[in-house]
Amino acid sequence: MPEQQRRVEEWRAVRERQDRAARLVAVTFVVAIVACVALFIVYVRGGNTQWEGVLLAIAFGAIGLGLGLWVRRIVGPQVVVEKRPGMVSDEEHRAAFEQIYHESLGEARVGGRRRFLIRLLAGAGGTLGLALLVPLRSLGPGPEDELFRTAWRRGVRLVDAEGRPIRAADIGRDQVVTVFPENADALADAQAVVVGTRSLDPSALPVPDGVVDATVCYSKICTHAGCPVGLYRASEGELLCPCHQSTFDVNKGARVKSGPAGRPLPQLPIGVDDEGYLVALSDFSEPVGPSFWNLTHERGGDDE
Amino acid sequence: MSTEQSDVRRTRGDDLARWVDNRLRLAEGSRQYLRKAFPAHWTFLIGEVALFSLVVLLFTGIFLALFYTPDTTTVVYDGPYVPLQGREITAAYDSVLRLSFEVRAGLVMRQIHHWAALIFVVAIVVHMLRVFFTGAFRRPREINWVIGVVLLLMAFGAGFTGYSLPDDLLSGTGLRIGYSALLSVPFVGPLIGFIGLGGEYPGADVLGRLHLMHVLLIPGGLVALVGLHLAILVRQKHTQKPEGPARNDNVVGEPLFPNQSLTSLSLFAFVIAVLCLFGGLFEINPVWLYGPYESFEVFAPAQPDWYMGWLEGLMRLWPNWEFTIFGVTIAAVFIPGIVLPGMMFGVVFAWPWIEQKWITKDPREHHLLQRPRDVPVRTAIGFAGLTLLLVIFVAGSNDVIAADTRTGVHTVTTLLRIAVFVLPPLAGWVAYRVAVSLGTGTPAVQDDAVATD
Repeated sequence: MPEQQRRVEEWRAVRERQDRAARLVAVTFVVAIVACVALFIVYVRGGNTQWEGVLLAIAFGAIGLGLGLWVRRIVGPQVVVEKRPGMVSDEEHRAAFEQIYHESLGEARVGGRRRFLIRLLAGAGGTLGLALLVPLRSLGPGPEDELFRTAWRRGVRLVDAEGRPIRAADIGRDQVVTVFPENADALADAQAVVVGTRSLDPSALPVPDGVVDATVCYSKICTHAGCPVGLYRASEGELLCPCHQSTFDVNKGARVKSGPAGRPLPQLPIGVDDEGYLVALSDFSEPVGPSFWNLTHERGGDDE
Repeated sequence: MSTEQSDVRRTRGDDLARWVDNRLRLAEGSRQYLRKAFPAHWTFLIGEVALFSLVVLLFTGIFLALFYTPDTTTVVYDGPYVPLQGREITAAYDSVLRLSFEVRAGLVMRQIHHWAALIFVVAIVVHMLRVFFTGAFRRPREINWVIGVVLLLMAFGAGFTGYSLPDDLLSGTGLRIGYSALLSVPFVGPLIGFIGLGGEYPGADVLGRLHLMHVLLIPGGLVALVGLHLAILVRQKHTQKPEGPARNDNVVGEPLFPNQSLTSLSLFAFVIAVLCLFGGLFEINPVWLYGPYESFEVFAPAQPDWYMGWLEGLMRLWPNWEFTIFGVTIAAVFIPGIVLPGMMFGVVFAWPWIEQKWITKDPREHHLLQRPRDVPVRTAIGFAGLTLLLVIFVAGSNDVIAADTRTGVHTVTTLLRIAVFVLPPLAGWVAYRVAVSLGTGTPAVQDDAVATD
């Protein structure tokens, strides 16, 4: 009976392959256990980011490999075929559903002239929905005139990040200093840069008199997307925003030389007080920071 | 208890299952699912990679949330990281530094979380490309396409809010740019911005709100929508390649039990393994190097996580057009920051209907997949769109490219602006020619979709 013998042989071969695979799977699971024990030891001994990551990877990787071998080598490929009914309901069910639905509507007396009740209910529901949204307004104050003003006022001293006032003589040519209004809290929109320019053209400034010799002061907030205009390229006389590479010409009223910003950096008109320190003459020449829709409207509540 | 003879020995697991079934009568309904057919092709597993990344995100995220405080109170850093010792920082940044340097296994968890977030979005996008180029979004799967795109948007939202939480220098910069885009919306921008932040930038309670969104609202939405996505998948069953015995009215594949469940578990373990390896060995978002957020500081080159690169590129490429009509100023960031992304996502959302109406004019139900060459117009548009995304993604690094190639940023930007108009049509044309020359040939199985309704 060679036929039967061959079958037995085949069966044995399959069995052997499966046994070999099972041993391999067992090894992977043992590796996972060892890795977990090692992880425990690493943790107890103070932890180590690299080893933790590697040991976790070994543990999970070994389990993944074991399961993969299990399904590929032991279970083996299997194919099942399922029926797939179309995703459209049978006309019979659909018709029955629609009939019951409309009969029920009839019981609720919705048909014909009562339809206005439905409309009214929808209206009430919609209004209620809007009413329920109203409390969201409590999440924030304004905007009133916050976007139009900053903490700068006439006579407020310019101070550096450490709070030290600045003398006009402290600003050399090609020097830039980030400044804030003295003793103010809201600094995010008030930040400005004082620049010692080389060839300032005062006629290009919104406030030509608001400079001290060749020293001029601009808002530090980019008019594009609000990043701090943090870089100064002395050779070109330009302020550069590192976020989207807008450049502003410090000699020409901080007009946009290149990049995606849409308007110049607003000027902070400055002067010198009795003690020789730089002070603001007013708030910025324009609203600072990224533009918004009513930018050009009359600003409210300006207390010069 | 049954006394039926069986060659399978009853185990304790069987007893437990019977106990449950005695109370819920589940066997009848779930019997069919044990041998549910899963078409066996590796491309069907990409979505699972996204799912498993999400699971890793949820678990590592819970761990991180136990140590993070969304608090902007100023504290003086006195931890082990020497360069920041004595610096005044926020309690939020302090908590992230402590998590990174003092909590055992804290850093590895944080890095696994960040890597998982990146891989999550990669997997979603690749899954989406598979669905797109094989026409798997066609009727009846338009709903799941739309849900999938919403999931992608939520993944962006989760990434953006998470990125902003550590309150380091880079995170504040991203938030500032997002706020600027919001502010630029005509009429309602300032109102929405103020309501969102609780006042003028930087706002009263930004971190608290971002935190709530990041740990509750967005993950809750993600989990709910993923559940819906999968429920619809089960209801509609898988699509399949037109090969062998596959037809429009059947599903051919490996049975859920044991094959597919073992395969999926194996993949799950591999995904975790790779994420742990990355989290352990490859440093990501080293917030201690960036320093605490100061509104007047920023560093160059400043760049967001990869999936925000296209938005960044749009903002860098768009010309500085800012104008006022009828007293309404259209800010420079409004079009590249709000309008264009909105339009792009609008097209993606509407794609199944756009294609049905103007390209294939095929309203039938389909369960057999197509090869990209089978629908050359779709393939061409897909390649053109991908190329467009690639160019604006590259533009998000125009400063880095300029520095590396020793050319000016202006030159790089100009070249990329030309590329935006030249390369996508070119790529689309090439894709179209290739698809047509490969020919539709004779698919192994004819699509026998029938007109319904």
